[in-house]
Amino acid sequence: MAEEQEQKISRRRFIKNTGYVAGGAIGGGILGSLLGTNLLDTEQETAPETTEQQNNYNRALMYFKRREDFNTLSAATERIFPEDDNGPGAVTLGVPYFIDHQLAGAYGHNDREYMQGPFSPGTDYQGYQTRLRRHELFMVGIRALNDESNKRFDASFVDLEGDQQDEILTEFENNAVAMKGATSSTFFEELKSATLAGAYSDPLYGGNADMEGWKMKEFPGSQMSYVEQIGDEDFVEMAPDALTSHTNF
Amino acid sequence: MAQELDKVEVVTVGVGWTAGIIAAELGKAGVKVVGLERGENRDTSDFQMVHDEYRYALRYELMQDASRETLTFRNHREERALPIRQWGSFLPGEGVGGAGVHWNGQTWRFLPYDLQIKTMTDQKYGADKLGKDYTLQDWGITYEEMEPYFYQFEAIAGISGEENPMGPPRSNPYPTPPMKSTPILDRFKEAAGNLGLHPFMMPSGNLSENYENPDGQQINACQYCGFCERFGCEYGAKSTPNVTVIPTALDTGNFELRTDADVVEIMHDGQKATGVRYVDLKSGEEFIQPADIVVMTSYVMNNTRLLLQSGLGKPYNPDDGTGVIGKNYCYQILPGATGYFEDEKFNTYMGAGALGASVDDYNGDNFDHSDLGFIHGGVMSITQTGRRPIANNPVPNGTPGWGSEFKKQSLHYYHRSLSIGAQGASMPHRSNYMDLDPTYKDAHGNPLLRLNYDFTEQDRKLHEYLSDRAAEIMEEMGADIVEKATMPDHYDIVPYQTTHNTGGVIMGDDPETSAVNNYLQMWDHENVFVVGASAFAHNGGYNPTGTVGALAYRAAEGILQYRESGGGQLVQAKQKSKLAKKYKEAEKKKNRRLA
Repeated sequence: MAEEQEQKISRRRFIKNTGYVAGGAIGGGILGSLLGTNLLDTEQETAPETTEQQNNYNRALMYFKRREDFNTLSAATERIFPEDDNGPGAVTLGVPYFIDHQLAGAYGHNDREYMQGPFSPGTDYQGYQTRLRRHELFMVGIRALNDESNKRFDASFVDLEGDQQDEILTEFENNAVAMKGATSSTFFEELKSATLAGAYSDPLYGGNADMEGWKMKEFPGSQMSYVEQIGDEDFVEMAPDALTSHTNF
Repeated sequence: MAQELDKVEVVTVGVGWTAGIIAAELGKAGVKVVGLERGENRDTSDFQMVHDEYRYALRYELMQDASRETLTFRNHREERALPIRQWGSFLPGEGVGGAGVHWNGQTWRFLPYDLQIKTMTDQKYGADKLGKDYTLQDWGITYEEMEPYFYQFEAIAGISGEENPMGPPRSNPYPTPPMKSTPILDRFKEAAGNLGLHPFMMPSGNLSENYENPDGQQINACQYCGFCERFGCEYGAKSTPNVTVIPTALDTGNFELRTDADVVEIMHDGQKATGVRYVDLKSGEEFIQPADIVVMTSYVMNNTRLLLQSGLGKPYNPDDGTGVIGKNYCYQILPGATGYFEDEKFNTYMGAGALGASVDDYNGDNFDHSDLGFIHGGVMSITQTGRRPIANNPVPNGTPGWGSEFKKQSLHYYHRSLSIGAQGASMPHRSNYMDLDPTYKDAHGNPLLRLNYDFTEQDRKLHEYLSDRAAEIMEEMGADIVEKATMPDHYDIVPYQTTHNTGGVIMGDDPETSAVNNYLQMWDHENVFVVGASAFAHNGGYNPTGTVGALAYRAAEGILQYRESGGGQLVQAKQKSKLAKKYKEAEKKKNRRLA
């Protein structure tokens, strides 16, 4: 346990000390150039580490096959929800794994959504109208991020500086990038909402590692009752509680 | 080939609040009722893992499976309607208890003004203040007639509340005292009081204390855990059909609940319904359930759709305004204001679905509209429903929507912002209606319902007025930044707004302009009762459930009367219409026969 704590700290310190936050281990130009591209082929190093990297069997890929796709996703989520003075960003929180796992299941396959044709783009007020299932939308979108990155900067998305990555993400958000089967803004909106969901959902889903997302936000998780505190004049700080503590029912 | 079952006295389509009420009341009177529900059965033991925002609030665990059935939507008739592929603007429930499982519990009575809105508006402001395109109608019943039913529902649900100084008159106090107040609510009440308004605690279906209802069902005291809306209650502390009327119905021994039963047709001979056809969603088997009386007790959309699909009632035609099924679809608008406080933190993460304080000074005709370009208004409230972290990232206007600045500001203001919101009433317009979609089908191959809807000029004016009033209260509360709510150019199906959809099978006193009478009995199929907010002739300025519950008690009484009288219309249709004359003659004939 003590050893595990040690490693958590050293990992965090490493990130902080190097001043390197975006995109995890492969997220930006500085680290990319420091450590070289062979990093991308090293399983152990390229997986965005988190505070619970050791023995965390959840940190493996259910949906993505190519490491490059996963790394692009990681870098994009980190720009949407970056590490800062408040605390960890998307990568440290495990958001990319959260999204990977979600894409492998009902969410990624739109199981409880209407997916019958005919398909038509619709107006701005008619919502999600792509024929792509979400896992396809993410795959097409992630590869489009890289294509756009290569077109503009002659480099992979993960190798760009943060502001360059933001520039590309903004183009997607503004629907200014042509994508196959869906609009780029549809992809961006899904990516953004999945990133926030991964940062703040119960840790059982693989994100919000160690409830660090909740701690940053001072959200106490799934407490059973506030009947004693509801009238308190002052803000009540409380250590968060996760659903795992409800499993003895 | 459908298997025909033994005939029953009464069959309900869907089992939520309204079916539970009907089944409990009929069961107590010794009438056999079968309830058909396409979802699964649920009780408090299903909700022990419910504190999961992602699963329940984001991924809609308790909501209708849209892969099998959704509806299509367009703002205007020139557009092509497209399916709502994932829920957004509103969230229809599925399973036993329906949306009554995941509701917040905010329980109101519509105003006397609501029930006679056409007459009272014309009297005070002259004929057609809003113009001919607004199909405003009286409901065919007065508040005085409805009052006992309102209380009947409140007593069964154990509603916790206190006197609303601007509210409709009550003959009884609320069955339980109001919920605990909080610094957030106190702040609102004080500010509203300073402005000369009349604040009070919101009437709540999350109970302030343990309560045994008149049927002997126990509802527990709320724990303020902050997981109400979109969730079930793990304590049995939210008033739901599952802890009140459904167990009461089952206890009578006269109610049979059949789950997985997806009704696809109301069968009829042109005069009367003969039963319903349904598919068992697990086995795939098809059944015909003959019945003396068919009670439509599903959501607004499905009530309307099944009638259209089965050819009951005359479909509404927006070109000439004739027909009734699908007519007067209404929604609500959400005027309000958000305040950002730099130096104060509030316990926004705690709360309950109906923990709130309200003012009714800007609702109904509680204020003079002579110089205003709109009618009606809305109850204005501050609520403390438990602000959960994925969905709640409040930031002032101008903040980027993602990235470092967004993260910083959303963390900063998570506990430092409060919102006041109004349930802005929605007036019917001739071009807002529901019909069957010509293209898209459900899992059984039947047409989806098509929603034709956009905001009106009335909506925009009311929105602006109420948002200004909300901002005044928020200023008085001392917020550093106050931002008024805004409306998009058109109604947008994507962001969540409210699951207060109404109309489509509206009540009234004239068969030419309404589908059901004031017992919710169909004018042209006397053994079909259509219960729910589908009966609302417009949508008022409150959450609808209190009024839905009251109408269900009224309908239950009507069904019992209908059985006892051996058939016929329970209400005399208004004289002026041809259809009404026809009914009158039929009634006369029947009376002669009986004599």
